[in-house]
Amino acid sequence: MTPIPLAYSLRNLWTRKLTTTLTAGGMALVVYVFAAVLMLDAGLRRALVSTGQADNIVVTRRAAASEVQSGVERTAAALIETQPEIAVAPGGARAASKECVVLIAQPKRVTGAVSNVTVRGLSESGFALRPQVRLTAGRMFRPGSAEVATGRSIAERFEGTGLGERLRFGGRDWVVVGTFDAGGSGFDSEIWGDVDQMMQSFRRNAYSSVVARLADPGRFDELKQRLEADPRLTVEVKRERRFYEEQSELLSNFIRILGLTLSVIFSIGAMIGAMITMYAAVANRTGEIGALRALGFQRRAILAAFLAEAMLLATLGWALGLALASLMQLVRISTMNWQSFAELAFSFTLTPRIVLQSLLFALIMGLAGGVLPALRAARLRIVDALRAA
Amino acid sequence: MQFLKLILRNTLRHKLRTGLTLLGLVIAVLSFGLLQTVVDAWYAGADAASPNRLVTRNSISLVFPMPLHYRDKIRAVDGVQSVAAANWFGGIYQDPKKFFPQFAIDAVPYLAMYPEYRVPEDELRAFLRDRKGAIVGRKLSQSYGFQVGDVLPLTGAIYPGNWSFTVRAIYDGAEAKTDTAQMFFHWDYLNETMKVRIPRRADQVGVFVVRIADAARSAAVSQAIDALFRNSSAETLTETEKAFQLGFVAMTEAIVVGIRIVSFVVIFIILAVMANTMAMTARERLSEYATLKALGFSPAYVAALILGESLAIALLGGGLGIACTFPVAAWFGTQTGAILPVLEVGPLTLAMQLASAFVVGAAAAVLPGRRAARVRIVDGLRAIG
Repeated sequence: MTPIPLAYSLRNLWTRKLTTTLTAGGMALVVYVFAAVLMLDAGLRRALVSTGQADNIVVTRRAAASEVQSGVERTAAALIETQPEIAVAPGGARAASKECVVLIAQPKRVTGAVSNVTVRGLSESGFALRPQVRLTAGRMFRPGSAEVATGRSIAERFEGTGLGERLRFGGRDWVVVGTFDAGGSGFDSEIWGDVDQMMQSFRRNAYSSVVARLADPGRFDELKQRLEADPRLTVEVKRERRFYEEQSELLSNFIRILGLTLSVIFSIGAMIGAMITMYAAVANRTGEIGALRALGFQRRAILAAFLAEAMLLATLGWALGLALASLMQLVRISTMNWQSFAELAFSFTLTPRIVLQSLLFALIMGLAGGVLPALRAARLRIVDALRAA
Repeated sequence: MQFLKLILRNTLRHKLRTGLTLLGLVIAVLSFGLLQTVVDAWYAGADAASPNRLVTRNSISLVFPMPLHYRDKIRAVDGVQSVAAANWFGGIYQDPKKFFPQFAIDAVPYLAMYPEYRVPEDELRAFLRDRKGAIVGRKLSQSYGFQVGDVLPLTGAIYPGNWSFTVRAIYDGAEAKTDTAQMFFHWDYLNETMKVRIPRRADQVGVFVVRIADAARSAAVSQAIDALFRNSSAETLTETEKAFQLGFVAMTEAIVVGIRIVSFVVIFIILAVMANTMAMTARERLSEYATLKALGFSPAYVAALILGESLAIALLGGGLGIACTFPVAAWFGTQTGAILPVLEVGPLTLAMQLASAFVVGAAAAVLPGRRAARVRIVDGLRAIG
């Protein structure tokens, strides 16, 4: 079978510029929505997954959905900290941090709208447990003082959280002595201070959670079983990575399900657009099709040529849509994570997987829109087609 | 008359093309309407708020409680009619995915403050008599099949342990916008259980709902309440119920903005499709338009023909889309359950759907109409599709 040269399809698109632009434009918008949703989801997952370290564990009260809801009594925390599986820090202390996590309502700089911000009190070893956190300005808070350090996303957006500014919560003033960058992870949306100062200010007797590093990550199951079976404790032990994955599940599912449903519905619109264009292309070129058949091109060649035209249209739409979507990488989204009830910032993240997925999506749209018109073109009888011209 | 007949005939000339365009319009107008309805649902709590109700919470944030004795102090403030404690329970029914809001409330004053929750007299009495009784909304009872007399087990996430309630009453909403996907039970039951399980967490209240006599004095009363507890270990923040609800919306603002943007994207998609249809149609008929002009019809008449056809298709598609919105929104409402408790297609949504269909119809005709009006008769007669 001799195929019809691709140039034939390409030049047809080129001749009808307005129609091509409009059809591809419709597809581009659908691809844009599709890709943007996946990028948002990827960004959210990356933020929360990179929050967890592979060899860290989080211990919270059983059935607590987040650290804020959880409570671990002082005696229980001491018991957890001294488990043999937990690594020993260079200074000889345990690589474990007893933490107090609360939410404070803080107004945003630009809009003044109040949102919940996570405040985390850490033990001295807490900083070493999160190697992804780097100071960008100032210094870390000093233990035993009313000093705090703020994450990058918080310092930019919330009042009183910049370097040198003062925050008021828990009945006292806190000085911001440093800001840190946590590499796009959830800690970027937190305020850190000394755990004992926090406990006292918030009049708490129980920690929220215990975070610790395992000496040997392979012994996780052993530790989990022993702690969860211990009658003195009502705790749940999770790997830190798994813990933060669960924190993102609700929001991530919401974004994905809503976004993908919309993309599929919208794509019907774009497919209809492609179908209208391709039907018109076939109708306008009935004479040409007859001539091509008379020259000896087979039905299959005609079918392929029109399908190729629809796919080219879709590829053009994909390129436009993806270009538009990749601009979204400059945008940083900040919203309340339902699970933790606190503000979380993350950005649209374009991954190679999304590039491929959106290409596949666009090609399916082109195929679905082009197949019926192409079949009609292929079915034309030579005599009828030539007579129609 | 002649003009309208011409438009109608033109519309029906390419049945397949017109049909496809109509289908696209229906889908676009329908999804635009649904998305607007979802955005409205986000604001449902704020819309249902009464100006006579204030909400007092801990000024640090909602996760911090206030001591119970604040209730009596607030009640003594001038202008306050009644006060009810309410705690967010956050229990899990069977599976975390089966989410619905649960509140522990001071039943008598709370329900008196919310006359929009309509409870049958005898069921209300049964609920008040049963310490472990619960009252659920109509929509919630339908989603999970709760009936009066059923046992409702919850696993506490904030208040640890297993909890069990008996459904004693089902309430209906006075209006369509009333949230009937909530569950209420006795605050005293929660408190007494906590006294046994974790004594330090007893006598702690999440929010106080305050009814005031005069809505115009809400700011003054709020200030008076907050002044009572200034410099205490639990300072308070009092605001109107509407402001309190809008605070929640503001926290998820990014999502609302996203949905709004996306809802306009679908209009642009269908605009591209519609404009393409009209451009192709006009191109194919260029020689006819030239003939009309040669017969003496004005360029404006030719352009009006195209505009008329475009508007006819767009408005027909828009009308069908609007008609579909109601059943689809009703179905969607049963699917989302307690997450979007109030899903009502508002008059503003309908107006916006109609307006967007009109704009699509008009905008799609601009380029082809101008081209047809401007084309020189000679060129037009020579043109081939």
